[in-house]
Amino acid sequence: MHLFNQVKYLIQKEILLEWRSKYAINGVLLYVVSTVFVCFLSFITIDNKITWNALFWIIMLFASINGVSKSFLQESKGRQLYSYVLASPGAIILAKTIYNVLLMLVLTTIALAVYTLVFSYIPADFLMFYVAVLLGSLSFSTIFTMISAIASKAGNGGMLMAILSFPVIIPVLIVLIRLAKNAIDGLDRSVSLDEIGILLLINVMTVCASLLLFPYLWRD
Amino acid sequence: MTGFMYKSWWKILGSVLVIYTTIAGLLLGVPRLAILNETIRNLYFHVPMWFGMITLFSISVFYSIKYLSSGNEKDDLRAIESVNVGVIFSLLGLVTGSIWAKFTWGQFWSFDVKQNFTAVAILLYFAYLVLRNAIDEQQKRAKISAIYNIFAFPMMVVLIMVLPRLSDSLHPGNGGNPGFNTYDLDSRMRAVLYPAFIGWSIIGYWIYTIRFRIRSLENKQNS
Repeated sequence: MHLFNQVKYLIQKEILLEWRSKYAINGVLLYVVSTVFVCFLSFITIDNKITWNALFWIIMLFASINGVSKSFLQESKGRQLYSYVLASPGAIILAKTIYNVLLMLVLTTIALAVYTLVFSYIPADFLMFYVAVLLGSLSFSTIFTMISAIASKAGNGGMLMAILSFPVIIPVLIVLIRLAKNAIDGLDRSVSLDEIGILLLINVMTVCASLLLFPYLWRD
Repeated sequence: MTGFMYKSWWKILGSVLVIYTTIAGLLLGVPRLAILNETIRNLYFHVPMWFGMITLFSISVFYSIKYLSSGNEKDDLRAIESVNVGVIFSLLGLVTGSIWAKFTWGQFWSFDVKQNFTAVAILLYFAYLVLRNAIDEQQKRAKISAIYNIFAFPMMVVLIMVLPRLSDSLHPGNGGNPGFNTYDLDSRMRAVLYPAFIGWSIIGYWIYTIRFRIRSLENKQNS
């Protein structure tokens, strides 16, 4: 109960801070919209469904790296110290992860809407594609939150973030693209259960690892 | 003499096994299979590399966990040195695989899932080594890299054990190609392959202990 309350307050704090500046959400939104627009200008129409799919996930990947890596990299040392005094490390990483999941869910939904609108193409099994997008934002947030915590402790932020996160995210991305491809082809939903299972398993694994490892990480 | 045997029996065992599997692997009879032909012997040299790699990376994770609870500098040294040797084993696995692929699939790198995922898995450990170089302070480096190592290990297991099984691959054992189970049925091959697993793992462990000792001596000299 104690942990639950701490997590609740920390999430409220994050949302409040974000609401005041609207920095992450506006920044990433602008990034997504402008990237989609640039893609539209250079492709005009995408006849190939595989290209459509790959392009979408590449945009998603960089949008989420930009959005999520802020959570630890841009926090001042003083504020970090302050929250570490007030709350347990488990609560902090949990709150950050949940907040990032919420943020990414909103952003990816908007991005998907813009993307389908601009290229005026809707996957055959849209519901399944949306499930893939939701699972994608979930996995991106859980993994990038922990990696950004590691990268922020190591010092030189952005560069290290990319090096550390890419090998970890590639397997997830491959499963996601395959799941999305199934949805685009309109395959029977039972075909995709394997991929959904693996993604959920990876997420559970990542959250458990983050919860176990973060208490060692935050102490300087 | 008994003291020597007591201390180094496993080194002798490892050397004997590797020498035996090298000679027997090249000379002993193998089943005749289409396309594979004599290249099937590569099994004795390719698969044990992955076995050695997994052994060394597991040792590394074990010492990373131990470092987080003990904070002992030696555990960190053990973790990094086993990764160093493990990376060499993984590169050797990739090279032996590529050479074999040249003769059976026609090219060194055919962007097969197994090849791609192992390349990504090796990238994971290169990232670990880059992370270590990025941090100057010894204790901080040890702690953060231990955390990344533990975080990355399950991903490596997913990459090389789970994901390749999901999709079709040219690699033996995947997508209906003759694999382990079919040619493993031959007991002549089993008599070479299993000792090779053990032998190469022991040799990998041996190299790692030597590297660890060199590094500890260097550290002692520097401080």
